[in-house]
Amino acid sequence: MELVCPAGNLPSLKAAVDNGADAVYLGFRDDTNARHFAGLNFGDKQIEEGLRYARDRKVRVFVAVNTFAQPKGWQRWSAAVDRAADLGVDALILADMGVLDYAAQRHPELKLHLSVQGSATNPAAIRFMQRHFNIRRVVVPRVLSIAQVAHVIKESEVPVEIFGFGSLCVMVEGRCLLSSYATGQSPNTFGACSPAAHVEWRDTAAGQETRLGGVLIERRGLDEPAGYPTICKGRYEVDGDIRYAIEQPTSLNTLDLLPEIMAAGVAAIKLEGRQRSTRYVSDVTRVWREAIDSCQRNPAAFRPKADWMATLAKVSEGTQTTIGPYERTWH
Amino acid sequence: MPSDVSLATDQRPRLSLGPILYYWSREQVLDFYAEILETPVEVVYLGETICSKRRLMRPEDWWELAERVAASGREPVISTLALIESEGELKVLERQCADRRFLIEANDLAALDFLEGRPFVVGTSINLYNQRTLSFLAARGLKRWVLPVELGRETATDLIRTRPAGVECEVFAFGRLPLAYSARCFTAFNNGQGKDNCEFRCNEHPDGLLISTQENQPFLALNGIQTQSAATHNLLPVLGELGQLGVDLVRVSPQSQHTATVVRTFAACLKGELATAEGQATLRGLVPNGLVDGYWSGAAGMVETDKTARA
Repeated sequence: MELVCPAGNLPSLKAAVDNGADAVYLGFRDDTNARHFAGLNFGDKQIEEGLRYARDRKVRVFVAVNTFAQPKGWQRWSAAVDRAADLGVDALILADMGVLDYAAQRHPELKLHLSVQGSATNPAAIRFMQRHFNIRRVVVPRVLSIAQVAHVIKESEVPVEIFGFGSLCVMVEGRCLLSSYATGQSPNTFGACSPAAHVEWRDTAAGQETRLGGVLIERRGLDEPAGYPTICKGRYEVDGDIRYAIEQPTSLNTLDLLPEIMAAGVAAIKLEGRQRSTRYVSDVTRVWREAIDSCQRNPAAFRPKADWMATLAKVSEGTQTTIGPYERTWH
Repeated sequence: MPSDVSLATDQRPRLSLGPILYYWSREQVLDFYAEILETPVEVVYLGETICSKRRLMRPEDWWELAERVAASGREPVISTLALIESEGELKVLERQCADRRFLIEANDLAALDFLEGRPFVVGTSINLYNQRTLSFLAARGLKRWVLPVELGRETATDLIRTRPAGVECEVFAFGRLPLAYSARCFTAFNNGQGKDNCEFRCNEHPDGLLISTQENQPFLALNGIQTQSAATHNLLPVLGELGQLGVDLVRVSPQSQHTATVVRTFAACLKGELATAEGQATLRGLVPNGLVDGYWSGAAGMVETDKTARA
């Protein structure tokens, strides 16, 4: 089982490689990828150096072009695909059927992965994408229980990658418009959820307030953990009660499930967090490398070590983690 | 003040009624369609698109309704589930797609696998954002697509201008916006339950469970696994523009109250029989949490851009 780690910039790419990643994934510096944040991602020089660094150490490099192109911006998406092909990257991670069609026709030698943004959650959807675009891997959205993941793997010819750790999207990826409802920009159209320019933090007598596009999405006491400024992790009034009506500020952590994940035949585990620090990438890559190696040696005896869990909790949203949708009770 | 609609008959978009997104009782569903068949709506989408556990209406019941819609001279379309996770859901979908009597609206990629090679419609939850996707799907049988709700006039114009011959564009023109889908049932979650023992509490919320901000601003509506806007998206003020762009259908999304009135208001404005300002005033009086239209002009979806109509 392959460990796929986030690389938001060159130092993080090196940290992932040095700490045991089998592959790293990254994006170009524009809205063609779903981590379109200021100061993040790779220009020409960095990507060439990153490719060299990874390849010298036998680590594969995937490029994400996983947002949705509109007619006015089409050139940027097709150019991103061409550029990845020219660079000879190990795989391109795509979501948009038009972009997939372009890549499959224009660069048949390129290995294509269906991004989590592509929203394929079942064997029929995967079959359709494979038939037309010859996808070699599918990253499944964070909506399936582990039993459902195992079923998809059994019924599908395409190897399956799942998210193992990091920020937890509560909604099916690629089909969540909550961010654009409040800001006009969504992961699909802009490559970011809750873009920084629309977020406002303010200390008031009533507590620290978070606003998105002017909408109060959270008001918390100073002793309460702060979550990301996303609509799905905010606190709202429901039936006269103030609560996390969608999900609490929490991160996904599937370390406890590792033996089941391996037994299900998952081809790769992806760690989320291209927008996080180099230290984060070092820490989570190292923990997951050790955990996967330990589980592969003896799955029956596998127990997550306390210091692994402590390291992961420290870098988690609200310093708490959940197995999330992989456990049926979460649904 | 928005201008009144003045469109040649061949420019006039047809009126469609989207699928019911909520869990209503069987009686309520049947009464609803009896009333709808008295209105000038021309295309009617039928079926459960949100949750496979909602079974008061089975596929057979929807087919029967579809026959009735067809007999009334209207076009029925069978709508399918938006998020397919389980083997059971996939089997129901396959059975729906195997039935060849009616046009089918695909709402998950899985449906494309079953429908390829025959005419189909793509609903709002399949991402069609550019010409290449449009051409690709047209070559597989796409007959009509519903513009993703977060896209506006700029992309609609570009797509319509270069669309393959014979492919129709439908625009979601009235209703609470479908914004997101999840594995979690939020209605059950807010009742302290999980999806597997939900007790069908969504039937207590015929227009979704309202959630408001901590400053009492109505914000979202939770409808099972779906999250909607609390406000109602409304493109009545730009109906004339939609027609001129070449939009073929405008969709009204069912609400538990006043849907027939909404349909009649849209129909009268489309024909130029009712002034847009008057229609707008009527609609404003029918919705609980205000009207929004921001997506159409490329703004945040929660914004109402047509400020003059507020007067």
